[in-house]
Amino acid sequence: MRIKTGIKTVRISIIGFGNVGGGVAEVIRRKREEIARRYGLNIKIVGIADLRGISVDENGLSEEAIMGLRRGDKKLEKRADMTSVDLIKEVEHEVMVEVTPTNIEDGEPGLTHIITALESGKHVVTSNKGPLAVEYKKLMERAAKREKELRFEATVGGAMPIISLVRKNLAGNGILSITGILNGTCNYILTRMAEEGLPYEHVLKEAQEIGIAEADPSKDVEGIDTAVKLVILANSVFDMNATYKDVEVTGIAEITPDALKLADDAGYVIKLIGEVDREGCLKVTPRLVPQDDPLNVGGTMNVATIKTDLAGDITVIGKGAGPIEAASAILSDIISIYR
Amino acid sequence: MEISMDIELQDIPGQLVLALEPVSDFGGNILSVLHQRDKKTPSGRIPVQLVFELEEKRLDRVVERLKERGVKVVRIGKERLKESMVVLLIGHIVHSDVRDTIDSIDRTGFAEVVGLSVSMPGVAKKSSASVTLSAIGKKELEEALQILKRTVNKKGILIITPI
Repeated sequence: MRIKTGIKTVRISIIGFGNVGGGVAEVIRRKREEIARRYGLNIKIVGIADLRGISVDENGLSEEAIMGLRRGDKKLEKRADMTSVDLIKEVEHEVMVEVTPTNIEDGEPGLTHIITALESGKHVVTSNKGPLAVEYKKLMERAAKREKELRFEATVGGAMPIISLVRKNLAGNGILSITGILNGTCNYILTRMAEEGLPYEHVLKEAQEIGIAEADPSKDVEGIDTAVKLVILANSVFDMNATYKDVEVTGIAEITPDALKLADDAGYVIKLIGEVDREGCLKVTPRLVPQDDPLNVGGTMNVATIKTDLAGDITVIGKGAGPIEAASAILSDIISIYR
Repeated sequence: MEISMDIELQDIPGQLVLALEPVSDFGGNILSVLHQRDKKTPSGRIPVQLVFELEEKRLDRVVERLKERGVKVVRIGKERLKESMVVLLIGHIVHSDVRDTIDSIDRTGFAEVVGLSVSMPGVAKKSSASVTLSAIGKKELEEALQILKRTVNKKGILIITPI
């Protein structure tokens, strides 16, 4: 590892201050010294915005101020003179971190945030799947035109590196297909159903109680979330111009404990599998996975097998969700812009 | 059809060629020959295992020719359905005419349903089934799967296939 001597200040804004946005602030605080020592970067948060309001300090918001916002004992200001878009445009900074909730209908408000940032000369790092699923090509062209980076490792597989793995570490390989479990909620439900022989409705309720499934679980259990991630992989890895409508999607709501038992008798488990290949096939369906296959991971884990022409099969397993896990991917995207 | 055959040869030169010629003469395609010189039988013969493809109706004539040449045929194995796969079905399997679902495969001539296991939790509830399909080759197995998919899709049954 090369030790950097000069320190470069990187000013960032965090747009969307929910779990993931808070996680980003937290990892930057925790890793401040290490980032300076190993990468020569001093990451300063100069602006935070979400639906509740805005907080700006061009010299960098203090740790106390950010902690206060996270704990909720300090509130974002409602400002008539400044919206999130104004913050992105007018406050000087280098990287805009877009972590507002995913909207797969039209990608907003993330889409406007990202376009504004690129147009005003900022790099963008995002965990927001919506804008990339809706307007991938347009956004990439805009970034290229402005010579800015648009990075989105956190959108697929959370902490599990997949996009940069394919683009950097597997450079030179032809990628034949990517197959995997890209939704931890579905994996948790199917794993519990198989282990306990419980019906779907029962396990879904349990998952909601412990916060693994949302109150409205439809995006996860109907396979929509997995499909959107596949679209991002299709566009970024296979250079397609796909949208959500191009994906054949079947969810897990119909899976019965009996079916899981029959699968087990035959040496299989049932998993919600997303598949994309270079022929343009995009599919999210429950599939039989051999019990000894590397794709057979349990709990909320995510996994993906990348089939390549030179390296053969590569499988990555990791935590697919969680604020710190998503922040890990965002932090490495920020650092990689300056390496 | 793929045929496996165990034969025994006399331990004198030229016997292997003598045994393989009839297979070729009748248009067979030899896939594998395992000639085990070091494993003699108690009667001093050498066991050989052959695997070849041959039209089924010509098999009797090949066997006849081998016997004429003094080759002892110990075992003949015909494995018509070489490839198989398990798929799961979830839905109203029995009430949507399970016989018709199975027939859609069996009537192809190149594939069959060789295993079926059904769980029926209650009359109104959806049942689950595992179905084992076998076919004469990989291509035919894939075709049988597509036929099954079309058949069950029409009946509103969910099909789960191996990755």
